[in-house]
Amino acid sequence: MVALCPVAAIADAPQRVVSMNLCTDQLAMLLADEGQLISVSRIAADPRSSAMVAQASLYPANSGLAEEVFLMQPDLVLAGSFTARASVNMLERLGIRVIKFKPAYGLGEVRDRIIEMGAALGHPERAEVMAANFDARLAHYLREVTLRPRAALYYANGYTSGDKTLAGQILAAAGFENIAAEAGFDGGGVIPLEVLAMAGPDTVITSRPYPATSRSEEVMGHPVIEALRGARPEAALTDSDWVCGTPFVLQAIADMTALREEVLRP
Amino acid sequence: MTRLFILLAGLVAALFVASLVVGPAQIGVAQSLRALVAGGEGPVTLVMREIRLPRAVLALLIGGSLGLAGAAMQGYLRNPLADPGLIGVSGSAALGAVLAIQTGFAAGFAFGLPLAALAGALAGVLLVLVLAGPGGSSLTLILAGIAISALAAACTALVLNLSPNPFAANEIVFWMMGSLADRSMVHVWIALPLIVLGALMLATLARGLDALTLGEDAAEAMGIGLRRMRLTLIFGTAAVVGASTAVAGAIGFVGLVVPHLLRPFVGAQPGRLLWASALGGAAMLLAADIAVRMILPDRDLKLGVVTALIGAPLFLHLIYRTRREGL
Repeated sequence: MVALCPVAAIADAPQRVVSMNLCTDQLAMLLADEGQLISVSRIAADPRSSAMVAQASLYPANSGLAEEVFLMQPDLVLAGSFTARASVNMLERLGIRVIKFKPAYGLGEVRDRIIEMGAALGHPERAEVMAANFDARLAHYLREVTLRPRAALYYANGYTSGDKTLAGQILAAAGFENIAAEAGFDGGGVIPLEVLAMAGPDTVITSRPYPATSRSEEVMGHPVIEALRGARPEAALTDSDWVCGTPFVLQAIADMTALREEVLRP
Repeated sequence: MTRLFILLAGLVAALFVASLVVGPAQIGVAQSLRALVAGGEGPVTLVMREIRLPRAVLALLIGGSLGLAGAAMQGYLRNPLADPGLIGVSGSAALGAVLAIQTGFAAGFAFGLPLAALAGALAGVLLVLVLAGPGGSSLTLILAGIAISALAAACTALVLNLSPNPFAANEIVFWMMGSLADRSMVHVWIALPLIVLGALMLATLARGLDALTLGEDAAEAMGIGLRRMRLTLIFGTAAVVGASTAVAGAIGFVGLVVPHLLRPFVGAQPGRLLWASALGGAAMLLAADIAVRMILPDRDLKLGVVTALIGAPLFLHLIYRTRREGL
């Protein structure tokens, strides 16, 4: 495939790319040539957040500090649009080219991010193939379903995601009705436990708690949540597949489709 | 005196019911109270019994605890500025609780959390009393309190920042300001035994505190054991403040404001001020907890914000008066 690329594109392609954001880390690892990507962020090797732990451990890690990134002498830095602004601004002042990627707010934007990453790394054809493959596999899940059980996403501190978020669209693609939308949340927000209880969802999907207890996550084990979940304590989501607009969201949809079948089983 | 009791008890009862019927879920008053008492299968029963009831009960218990502890400390130290929050007892209790949570001691057995907070509170009270001394001036007491508060807050923040859990660092504000959001009956059951025990201990101080108003010599002549009183005060305060802080974080100023407001109504008798402050504290915290749910229903405004907004101006007023009186 590299042979098909126009010569100009290869000459223009950045040779020392540093990624500072979990989501750009993963897209870059999927699309970069060997040796083109020289560092990914530390969190990319954390199995709770990253879907590409094994690959990430092969790259030197950075903590997203301007100083260390600058010393790596990159010719391109990949950052999220909300990545440590001070560090990113500093790098730009120092004359380093930084491309900022917006987070994916929906399944439709996953394809956009793949294409943008392909363009940034000088591999547009590779990105096109990956995007087409993603679209085809996504279409397989997006068939019409008649029975849509009502579910709620419930994270630490009582946070939930509505239909205009990536997580909400993963849930919808798997054939669930989202309680957050009924309660008036388009994006994300804190849904009061009372409102959730009154909505009476068929299942509540919580995130998996981190090691060491925290009060923020304690609410996911509140007696009300246990009561709402009924006999399905395993309705937990794997953060690493949900947080970033990468092809790994397909795994999240597959997990939720399996949950839906279990919820509908008499 | 009976009139004051009836008035305060009535106020607490009214606020308790109000706390039960206020919430983000729109449920009618009659329907919610019926579901609470009669039960049933529906979600209303779940909301009333597992969300609103523990919240109201905790506000009652914790407000009462803080009011009682404040009145007892002020009576014993004969100093109107003594308040478990201000002099660092709540902060030390929070440190104990945070350590227990982060080391896994709290998950180890049912009362691990409140007992660790009690140990922290105990260390805080002992330090303050040693530093300020029983007849110490207001200045020494407040300075000792500031130092202990600052140290406990710094250690709490350090422990939470060192936690491998990414959410822990954001909870610094909970431990400093306190909140009753999303508590459950589990929290009521772990806090209740220590609060009852501590409150009973503090209640036995009434006669001694009245005698102390005549001076230490006169109190000893009346057969009051000052050593024993001191120990009872230390353990009682640590128990109620420790258990309260373990489940709701450090809530300041209740123990300062309430005794100050009620003192004129009990003829300045510290013994009577104990039960009056317990009722008054419960009323104040119930009201504050209703306020945080009405002002910003979906933001989890911290209780300590409301109590400090009421308490801090009063504290400044007290300092001004203390200075004017040349104490």
